[in-house]
Amino acid sequence: MGLLLLLAVLDGLAYAGQLFMVAVGLTLVFGVLKILNVAHGSLFAIGAYVAATLIGWFGAEELSLLALAIAALAVGALFGPAIERGLLARIYDKEHVLQLLVTFALFMILEDLQKLLWGVQPRFEDAPVRLLGQVEVGGIFYTAYQLLLLPGVALVALLLLVWFLRRTLLGRSIVAVTHDREAAVAIGIDARFVYLSTFTIGAGLAALGGALAAPTTSLVPGVGVQMIVLSFAVVATAGLGQIEGAAVTALLIGLARSLAVYFAPELEVVVPYLLMVAVLLVRPAGLFGRRELRRV
Amino acid sequence: MTELTRRAALATTASALAAPWILPRSALGQQKPAKLRIGISTFLSGPASVFGVPGRNAADLLIEQLNAKGGTAGAPVEALVIDEAPGVNFLLGECRRLVQNENVDVMLASISSGSCLAVAPLAEELRMPNIMWDCGTQRIFEEGTWRYSVRTQANAVPEIVAPLLYLLKIRPDVRTVAVVNQDYAWGRDSWAIWKTAMEAIKPDVRVVAELFPKFGATDFSTEITRLQALRPDVVFSTSWGGELDTFIRQAAERRLFERSLFVLPLAESSLERVGKALPEGVIVGARGDHWFLHPTARGNGRLDGFVAEYRKRYGAWPIYPTFHMAQALFALEAAYTKALAANGGVWPSREQLMDTLRGLEFDHLTGRMKIRPDGQGLEPMLIGVSKHVPEYPFPVLDQMVLFPPELTMNPMGTKGLDWVKGLTMETVAKAPAPISYKA
Amino acid sequence: MAHRLLVAAAAALLLLLATAQPWLRFVLTIALSTGLAVLGIMMLLRAGQVSFGHALYVAAGAYTVAFLRPHSGEALFLVLAGAVVATGIGLLVGLFVTRYRDIFFGMLNLAFSMVAWSLLEKLYALTRGTDGIRVARPEVAGLALEGPAYEWALLLLALALALTSGGLVARYLRTPAGEALGAVKTRETRLEFAGISARRVLLQAYLVSAFLAGVGGAIAALATLHVTPLLAYWTHSGELVFVAILGGTGHVLGPFLGAVVFELVRVYAAASFPDAWQMILGLVLLGIILAATRGLVGLVDDLLARFGRRA
Repeated sequence: MGLLLLLAVLDGLAYAGQLFMVAVGLTLVFGVLKILNVAHGSLFAIGAYVAATLIGWFGAEELSLLALAIAALAVGALFGPAIERGLLARIYDKEHVLQLLVTFALFMILEDLQKLLWGVQPRFEDAPVRLLGQVEVGGIFYTAYQLLLLPGVALVALLLLVWFLRRTLLGRSIVAVTHDREAAVAIGIDARFVYLSTFTIGAGLAALGGALAAPTTSLVPGVGVQMIVLSFAVVATAGLGQIEGAAVTALLIGLARSLAVYFAPELEVVVPYLLMVAVLLVRPAGLFGRRELRRV
Repeated sequence: MTELTRRAALATTASALAAPWILPRSALGQQKPAKLRIGISTFLSGPASVFGVPGRNAADLLIEQLNAKGGTAGAPVEALVIDEAPGVNFLLGECRRLVQNENVDVMLASISSGSCLAVAPLAEELRMPNIMWDCGTQRIFEEGTWRYSVRTQANAVPEIVAPLLYLLKIRPDVRTVAVVNQDYAWGRDSWAIWKTAMEAIKPDVRVVAELFPKFGATDFSTEITRLQALRPDVVFSTSWGGELDTFIRQAAERRLFERSLFVLPLAESSLERVGKALPEGVIVGARGDHWFLHPTARGNGRLDGFVAEYRKRYGAWPIYPTFHMAQALFALEAAYTKALAANGGVWPSREQLMDTLRGLEFDHLTGRMKIRPDGQGLEPMLIGVSKHVPEYPFPVLDQMVLFPPELTMNPMGTKGLDWVKGLTMETVAKAPAPISYKA
Repeated sequence: MAHRLLVAAAAALLLLLATAQPWLRFVLTIALSTGLAVLGIMMLLRAGQVSFGHALYVAAGAYTVAFLRPHSGEALFLVLAGAVVATGIGLLVGLFVTRYRDIFFGMLNLAFSMVAWSLLEKLYALTRGTDGIRVARPEVAGLALEGPAYEWALLLLALALALTSGGLVARYLRTPAGEALGAVKTRETRLEFAGISARRVLLQAYLVSAFLAGVGGAIAALATLHVTPLLAYWTHSGELVFVAILGGTGHVLGPFLGAVVFELVRVYAAASFPDAWQMILGLVLLGIILAATRGLVGLVDDLLARFGRRA
């Protein structure tokens, strides 16, 4: 029983790492732009596809980890500004519903774009997983990639983000805009630039999440659809715009899910949503969210 | 083709707005049509496009080849393809459009069992000849009788019974089994057939885990951890597409294949993609009597020509849906030819076509098969074990057994799930001799 | 007045299309059923709340029909039952979600619909999972109809329901409770100072929207005669909101106009570009949002205004 519990926790950790990478970008973007980006899942998928393509091009296993990083940077740098400047910047003054739907339209377009670019046959490039080999825990083999690298990268990303937001000028500007846009602009913060960089970072994080997932799973059409709803659940449960909260919630959902697989497999799919409903019932603004003042 | 359909679509709007009195031409055309129009529903988007697009590709290629030699029974063939991914509401509207507006002569629908179950009644209502070209659920002809639908391949019962018989033949001492199936109708149905049949043949086998990860899952780590801890003799999975690829890769990376024998009835469609990550000795099925290196059909010009051309054009080896598409098109051709002959050269009515399809025997790329009077196809099942050879960068099948339908398929008028309860070790003993892979 | 004429013209055009092109009868019936669900979404949008989970109520209506069909052969009763069940579920969920606003409102609705979707797929013994349940063709108002007659009956039923509910919703929106909906969006606190419970106003609208979605789902089930869990999936909810924006929220004609255009664009996009119809829908939506925020109804209004000036 003890061993079983340990195994469940290890599985949960690996899963939580992946979940966090996707959710954190979403929550960061929401915090600043106040837009829930439905196309976030598409960026995840594109990051994954680009990573798989690059791994294939590079060929050598040793370079495969580099391919993941390059994919995330490239997709973030390319799609981030293009979407923010080209599309979102036009709709900041519109209603929330319309903003949400713009990203829904973008999601529909990007879904087909992936299909046109990469076809429908599943892709699988697991060079990074093979490169890192296996780890044995209590007679059970894990891949080092899933057990160590994924949660490791998630932890590093969390620490870097927190450091960036607290200690750098741009980071502080982002936090300032999150809290009170008017005041931030009044003291001379360039909101336009803050929006642009936040969205680009968010897109890069989504792409990084995808790139990191690419070596562990088959890329098929619709891989982004699966991810987006789940990360919505993480973000809402944590409280919108809460970065550390997203980490804790991802951990909670990851653990709850793997415990469900062990002890109540029937519940696996509904666990994240039940958790979300339960949390919001007790804490209406999410685990870590602050209740917003109502408009008068 | 796209061009034509678009024009047709525009014409519809125009005629709808301008000329409400134009009605579709009579359903009973006894004259040979200038063109035989076939509506095909398949998955063009979503995860199941893994099967849908190769099926569509095969249709394009085969129809081109067919038209090069004069078409089906002298009528050039044209295909109109629709996407079944958006769901039943959309699919049924599309079928109506194809039949009532595009005047297709016959439908080839569909891949998903849900789609087939929904289209069959519509085919009755529209008097639309319908060939179920790829869907697997045995429920269709067990729970209904359909005048206007036939199925040109086997169904879930033989697809699951055959690999079970194969397993018990090569490993009669199996004690424990675990299942990892996708959590949707096919995953549940296929497990029900396997479990019921196994309890009949070998009641002492213990089921140690029933895992149903959600449909579309991208990660099986937790399931694999459990399987490593439980160490079942056999791991059974009817997963397919990206999920099967992921499951195989993750299981290989974590050395699960060293501990358990895998039975994967749909793995033929994943072989080229997973490559040699799939070790030797895994029991692999192909949902029927087909494979691009089919042991008895290899060397016949029909199969080899198709395989070479398909590979050249689409850059991949053909997988089972391409063969299922071929079966449907060859059955259609055979039926029209036969009906024309019986009809004294007069083009057959829809009903005559359906009557001819029932009981029809026809040749396809890899063999010859028959359609039962109830509309269900009788197709042998090819099962083998994976083997690594230098000629291909992915596993091939070895020790192949071609299970005849008499051994694996329930007779007409019975229910598959009841029938498998009568299986015994004697059924296992009746399995034909295996055929070795030859380079 | 102009709008009333417009509605009559739209209904006439719809019937004309259905006469000219028999296959459109089904597509238009589905479009009207979608329009009914979207009418409810529109009410919530008036209050500034967007539900990303209303497919739940569509599925509730549809599955009620499928489950009750073995016990009842009357379409009108089945539609009513679908609506009642959907409203019942709407009450349970609504009591909870109407405490929330904006993104939380949207996300909670999404969560509930995803739970429902999972259950429909999971409870295989009951729902037949993704295979779905077949619905035997029922009688309509006591008449056993076949083929085209049944299709006509359903289309007319859907049209009648659309006209009635459109009229009733339009009237409701002009009552104090209806006017209060708009206030939930802009100045909720003031509403409360005036002694009106914003939550109650929203809950009322939510119940109506669940009812309408249930009716829509029941009609869809009677038209397709087959229900699958996909009805409850979040992308279907997204489509409903899509249609609401496409049609415009300014007038009750919007949801139906949007739904008909949505279905037709989808059919023709799928016919012309089977591999990229989703992209085309996305582009249409983007175009509408960026160029014509008030949706198709807004476009029609502009046209009418120009026409009126000229005349």
